[in-house]
Amino acid sequence: MWKLLQIELFKIFKRPRTYISFAAITALVGIIQFGLKLDGTAYMEFMLRDLSMSFDIEGNILNAYLVCFIILQLLLVHVPLLISLIAGDLISGEANMGTLRLLLTKPISRTEVVFAKFLAATIYTLLLLLWMAILALFVSLLVFGSGDMLNLKSDYIVQLKSNDIMWRYIAAFGFAAIAMITVASLGFLLSMFAENSIGPIVATMSVIVVFTILSTLDIPIFNAIKPYLFTTHMIGWKGFFDVKVNADNEAIAGTVQNLGKVMQAAGILVLHIIGFLTASILVFRKKDVLS
Amino acid sequence: MPPIIEVQNLSKKFREITAVDQLSFTVNEGDVYGFLGQNGAGKSTTIRMLLTLIEPTGGSVKIFGMDLQSHRREILRQVGAVIEKPDVYKYLTALENVRLFAKISGIGRLSEAKLMEELELVGLADRAHSKVKTFSQGMKQRLGVAIALVHDPKLIILDEPTNGLDPQGIADIRNLILQLSRQRNKTVVVSSHLLSEIELVANRLLIIDRGKKMVEGSSAELFDPAQTVVELETLDNDKALAQLQASEWNGLLQPTRSKLIVLKMDRKQIPLFHQSLAAMQVPVISLQPRHSLEDYFLQVTTGKQHVEAFTN
Repeated sequence: MWKLLQIELFKIFKRPRTYISFAAITALVGIIQFGLKLDGTAYMEFMLRDLSMSFDIEGNILNAYLVCFIILQLLLVHVPLLISLIAGDLISGEANMGTLRLLLTKPISRTEVVFAKFLAATIYTLLLLLWMAILALFVSLLVFGSGDMLNLKSDYIVQLKSNDIMWRYIAAFGFAAIAMITVASLGFLLSMFAENSIGPIVATMSVIVVFTILSTLDIPIFNAIKPYLFTTHMIGWKGFFDVKVNADNEAIAGTVQNLGKVMQAAGILVLHIIGFLTASILVFRKKDVLS
Repeated sequence: MPPIIEVQNLSKKFREITAVDQLSFTVNEGDVYGFLGQNGAGKSTTIRMLLTLIEPTGGSVKIFGMDLQSHRREILRQVGAVIEKPDVYKYLTALENVRLFAKISGIGRLSEAKLMEELELVGLADRAHSKVKTFSQGMKQRLGVAIALVHDPKLIILDEPTNGLDPQGIADIRNLILQLSRQRNKTVVVSSHLLSEIELVANRLLIIDRGKKMVEGSSAELFDPAQTVVELETLDNDKALAQLQASEWNGLLQPTRSKLIVLKMDRKQIPLFHQSLAAMQVPVISLQPRHSLEDYFLQVTTGKQHVEAFTN
């Protein structure tokens, strides 16, 4: 199994296509950081225009933690599209190349193949997120410096102390990893049904786009189905940046306002992963290789 | 020789279509077993079932005396295969491909020298470090064979190994099959839709059509020189036929729908037949001897009724 996983990783990282996602993340994060560095003050003035009439806001507001939050908000919707590039290709790409039949004539079980490929996709996803974390958080720390973070909500503001933030990002990236692995497992399942990678990649992207739109549209008829769409739960990472407050309305360090809801969202995503993976194994074990 | 492959009533249906129908055959140790049939006859489906790529809808397969379904891994460890186009990872080099499949085949760490030996065998040693995307079809085919051999399997299954190859490539594959059989004592199953390819290498043959077995036997039996078919074309076939019917060759004439005159005789009789034609002053345009099997193969695979089946 370990040997198969090594081989799958070797194959993934030998393909130029793999690095498109890393390059895209680098470019997007870089562009956002560049824009905020050049014109961030104006951006912050615009964001805080209502508050500045009631409060004196001092200090390094446009710091790495806020920049990272902005980047995550913007990019975590698009990263699934990059993940589907690899996940949707895992089986269908091999079928298209003709290597699937060669692979399956070797003394390895189909279940092992599924697990090795799924684990390889998971590792790829984690590395992509790690790369994003390095760029969005650690590079931002170098460029923008540290400070307390203002989390601007529609009707209130959450102020997080700088020493109470890093663990939240670790948790948020952990949650994002679960969300992205859900996408990878969906792409992986869809790749079982095709003999070229375009179909599963586009299908995965389409599912994500349609579900995301349905998840964000505030129309009563769609509200009923939102809890059943996994994309609704993919934005649960934001919950780590809401804190409990005491009687004086002060943030309590180390707390999460609605941890139960965040954990429930994570649980639903994990159930989706298990479901997609189980379905993949069942389909693949019975699949006639005709390519 | 003990049987290596024992297939009993193997069947595969794709919805309404029966691709393989109650097929039974046996491949013995050391055989070069030719598997013949026209495109769509069910050869590839059968071979894919032998390699567990397709699940049969009926029947049983034993390889090395073990049931294929329950001992899949042990069996495949001793099998090497090239299935149609030997597609490999184009973004890897030839050496990387061989190493990768050696690992998957369960071999421990192989030295580069050993891997190069396999590439040397198929004439690709000088391109070991080239990416496969730069290879011609023939080179990919040879790389596929190297991958099939790298774990030193006892049984080698080659499905249409000469597809897309030029004459030199076809000859190379043919020589390689003979080399594997004679020098390395491998059992080889090789499928093709071309009899001319198989007859040069196989010691046993199976012909299938529409998923059914048409004939199975040794090449010695099937290529019996006593069953040679001779096709005769003259300036006036009707007159020549009348002359032959009145001669001692009458008993050898075969019914035919073609315009040619067809006889079945021992190969040794052909020079004498030639002399008779000259003596009868038959204006011969061509005299073409063929194996009976070739006619039989054409008959079962294309429906052409040149002659009665050789089994008559």
